[in-house]
Amino acid sequence: MKKIQRTSKTRDFHQAKWNEPIIFELHQPGEKGVELPPVNEDIALAVGDGTSSIPAAMQRQSKPNLPEIGQARVLRHYLRLSQETLGSDFNVEIGQGTCTMKYIPKINELLIRDPKMMELHPLQNEETVQGILEIYYKLDLCMREISGMDYFTFQPSSGTQALFAMASIVRKYHDQKGEGDQRDEIITTIFSHPSQAATAAVKGYKIITLHPDENGFPDIEKLKAAVSERTAGFVVANPEDTGIFNPKIKEFTDIVHQAGGLCFYDQANANGLLGITRAKEAGFDMCFFNLHKTFAAPHMCGGPATGALGVTAELKEYLPAPIVHYQEGKYLLQNDLEHSIGKVRSFHGVAQTVLRAYAWIRALGADGIKEVAKTAVLNNNYMYHKVLAIRGASAPYVKGHRLEQVRYSWEQLTKETGVTTEDIQLRMTDFGLHYWTSHHPYIVKQPFTLEPTESYSKEDLDEYINALEQISNEAYENPEIVKSAPHTSTIHKIDEQDYLDHPEKWCITWRTYLKKTEAFKLVK
Amino acid sequence: MSQKVHPYIPNMVPEVRNEMLKVIGAESLMELYSGIPEELQLKEDLKLPPALTEYDLRRHIEGILNKNTSTKEYLNFLGAGCWQHFVPAVCDEINQRSEFLTAYAGEPYEDHGRFQALFEYQSLLAELVDMDVVNVPTFDWGQAAATSIRMAARITGRKKVLLAKTVAPERSKIIINYGTPELEFEFVQFDTKSGAMVLEDLQEKLTQEVAALYFENPSYLGFIEAQGTEISNLLKANGTLMVVGVDPISLGVLAPPSHYGADIVCGDLQPLGMHMNYSGGQAGFIASHNDVKVVSEYPSRLFGIVPTVKEGEYGFGDVAYERTSFAQRENGKESVGTQTALWGITAGVYLALLGPNGMQEVGKTIMQNSQYAAQELNQIAGVTGSRLNTAYFKEFIVDFNQTGLSVEQINQRLLEKKIFGGKDLSQEFPEFGQSALFCVTEVHTKEDIDYLVQAIKEILA
Repeated sequence: MKKIQRTSKTRDFHQAKWNEPIIFELHQPGEKGVELPPVNEDIALAVGDGTSSIPAAMQRQSKPNLPEIGQARVLRHYLRLSQETLGSDFNVEIGQGTCTMKYIPKINELLIRDPKMMELHPLQNEETVQGILEIYYKLDLCMREISGMDYFTFQPSSGTQALFAMASIVRKYHDQKGEGDQRDEIITTIFSHPSQAATAAVKGYKIITLHPDENGFPDIEKLKAAVSERTAGFVVANPEDTGIFNPKIKEFTDIVHQAGGLCFYDQANANGLLGITRAKEAGFDMCFFNLHKTFAAPHMCGGPATGALGVTAELKEYLPAPIVHYQEGKYLLQNDLEHSIGKVRSFHGVAQTVLRAYAWIRALGADGIKEVAKTAVLNNNYMYHKVLAIRGASAPYVKGHRLEQVRYSWEQLTKETGVTTEDIQLRMTDFGLHYWTSHHPYIVKQPFTLEPTESYSKEDLDEYINALEQISNEAYENPEIVKSAPHTSTIHKIDEQDYLDHPEKWCITWRTYLKKTEAFKLVK
Repeated sequence: MSQKVHPYIPNMVPEVRNEMLKVIGAESLMELYSGIPEELQLKEDLKLPPALTEYDLRRHIEGILNKNTSTKEYLNFLGAGCWQHFVPAVCDEINQRSEFLTAYAGEPYEDHGRFQALFEYQSLLAELVDMDVVNVPTFDWGQAAATSIRMAARITGRKKVLLAKTVAPERSKIIINYGTPELEFEFVQFDTKSGAMVLEDLQEKLTQEVAALYFENPSYLGFIEAQGTEISNLLKANGTLMVVGVDPISLGVLAPPSHYGADIVCGDLQPLGMHMNYSGGQAGFIASHNDVKVVSEYPSRLFGIVPTVKEGEYGFGDVAYERTSFAQRENGKESVGTQTALWGITAGVYLALLGPNGMQEVGKTIMQNSQYAAQELNQIAGVTGSRLNTAYFKEFIVDFNQTGLSVEQINQRLLEKKIFGGKDLSQEFPEFGQSALFCVTEVHTKEDIDYLVQAIKEILA
């Protein structure tokens, strides 16, 4: 036998490419994908065809223009599309800083498929859903302990919706105190998620955005200047996207409280903090966690998800109803919350994700949860040292340790080679790795944000770092290879951005594409 | 510190940790937390229940779930915003695929398949609603309606919104919460005999300030609003937009709202291939014509098809991304974030499987089964099978006022007979007294319906 040499420091990767047609092109008249339960003959005899009762104006005149495709071909089509998708299960996914997916335990996926979970109707009598209510309640207890808050709701179905719910509570709270019209400003920071500003604006607030001081800390003097009798609330992540923890956070919340505002904490990503520090001690009135991130539920291409929202006892009555409580051996839904903001999402939110988060906490226990945080921070600081050694890379602001993530910059590399962070993003796909630039605006020039979480081994981290290092070398030695990437992706670069930005050119559906390209109709 | 290495945390191996600490130049893990002030660091361990191994965890969770009784065990006639339908096995196969389940924010070059699947979902649903633009799904019907209404307000520059009084009350709560404080809401009355909107009341409330009217068809109460065109004519004359909520599984047999003048259409995807999941299967959609004025107001992501530099390749990307709050923070259109993309993909699979004939067939079967159930219930002394005198789809009001029992009492007795009875409407719609909203779909057999009828007969005997 000849020894097979495997010495490359980076992965020789090629993404799947099936070149699948658009599903409408698979149309074969007469084929069908599934047999439906037929109508009972006696029922048909008793009521006729069922549809003649529809008033003429409300009857559909022609069948929807959907394709007819056999079951195996539908399956094969979607399986191929799935193979052309780089899920986090396949990938050292540390390039999605601020929101890296951690390992998603398979046992949890098995548990949520229990028919006693999947086949529950949200309006069933409480007696018949004691199991799922118990899970809601027990997760609530765990969340209270982790955050120091007093009550949780799992109704908000993403971080953004939790932020929206918090902004709604702020509004209702000041309305209740008769100060709703006067308090029309919400303060946030530029390194917090864009949804903080966006959801507060949906609730009618004027947004004040604080920029950091020269060391990257939110500027306390700017906060002092910003607060007034118009302050309704202060929303922030800590650490922010930079991974820098604001040590004066308690002073911040005190200042806002003195001005009469509420403080709410974006803990969508609490990876570095579990068991280390809590919202309560930092003086927050509310906080939320993304269960589809910090608590290891999957992201599912972008939802469904859960933003678990916790509040202090003072704000309990403002929560969206119902919440679950426990009384005399029974779990009950409580709807009578005096100042409730109403609802942000129908029924009880995404129950599967509530179950997943509970299962994850139970798999780890208190010690394990703290190990999650410590390891996430260890992994991040290891990467931080390694990335700073790469030519052209830097990390603006304060030196010293960071928490769970770092916002880096390729500013020097771009100056010296012309290669941008967007170019690097495309080149990283050639190594089977995900890399995200950063949220806009780019305060840090040519940014990228890495967050390794606790899930990846040292070897995984090294693989990611090696790929960045190789790309840096390429940028200095052979920039064309970076600029013309991707080379081993499913597809090549899109032709021109105009096809997405120009109203005359964009096609959001296949039928529009057919109209605009004057193609013949493939279906019927 | 626990010395055991947890399966989810590879870098708990002590040798590896030490090596990494050496690279960092730190003595201990806690040293890395030096940026957090002492007084903010927890002094005690969290009080959480002890860790379980995978096997014990499974036993523990299954033990808790066993306290539930599912709709597989009892016959279910609850709907009211979450409905029991047939879920094809291929839908589950696709949405459980590891790639789709765990994908998140990949670029079109890593996640070509995710972009194509969602573009196809948009395209398939577009055929069902017969409109040219569909978004990447929102949270649920209520939020989709709330956003559709806010879009209408931005398009018209007006601040007042009319809601049909028959809109699902839970959805109204979401809509009003999303609209407050910017918008002002007013309800339009309905005829309690037919459920239909009272057009005189609409005309009276239809002032120059009205941005949009929102109603649902089929309505929350199941009836079909037949006055779509008349309503649309009134609105058009006033420069008001028509926003219609719809149950997509009805659209094989019911005219899509675009055919009677809707400007924006929304609804819930859950009937199209999602298990109920105690409400975890909900997903909202928004659709409209391809009018740049409307498209520019979507807060959602919209995936478009594009050529690549290589002839013969389909590529995809975000259409008009600069609209979004990702790009513009508070200056974007509302907010965007994680919503329900996986259910969009699944709804696409469902529509591809059923095709034009399947969608027609399922609509027809639902109508036949629900009419049969109403007809049989109507035979019971003191029970009116369908309280409203208009055609309905899937859901209908059963009137128990003459039975001497409350819906609560009847439902409690039905539970003893292993039946989840219809949703009690006495709080939400007191004008109907002791009435319940029953839901009958393609999953109900004749035996199921006959069993329900027999059970109610016995309860009332």
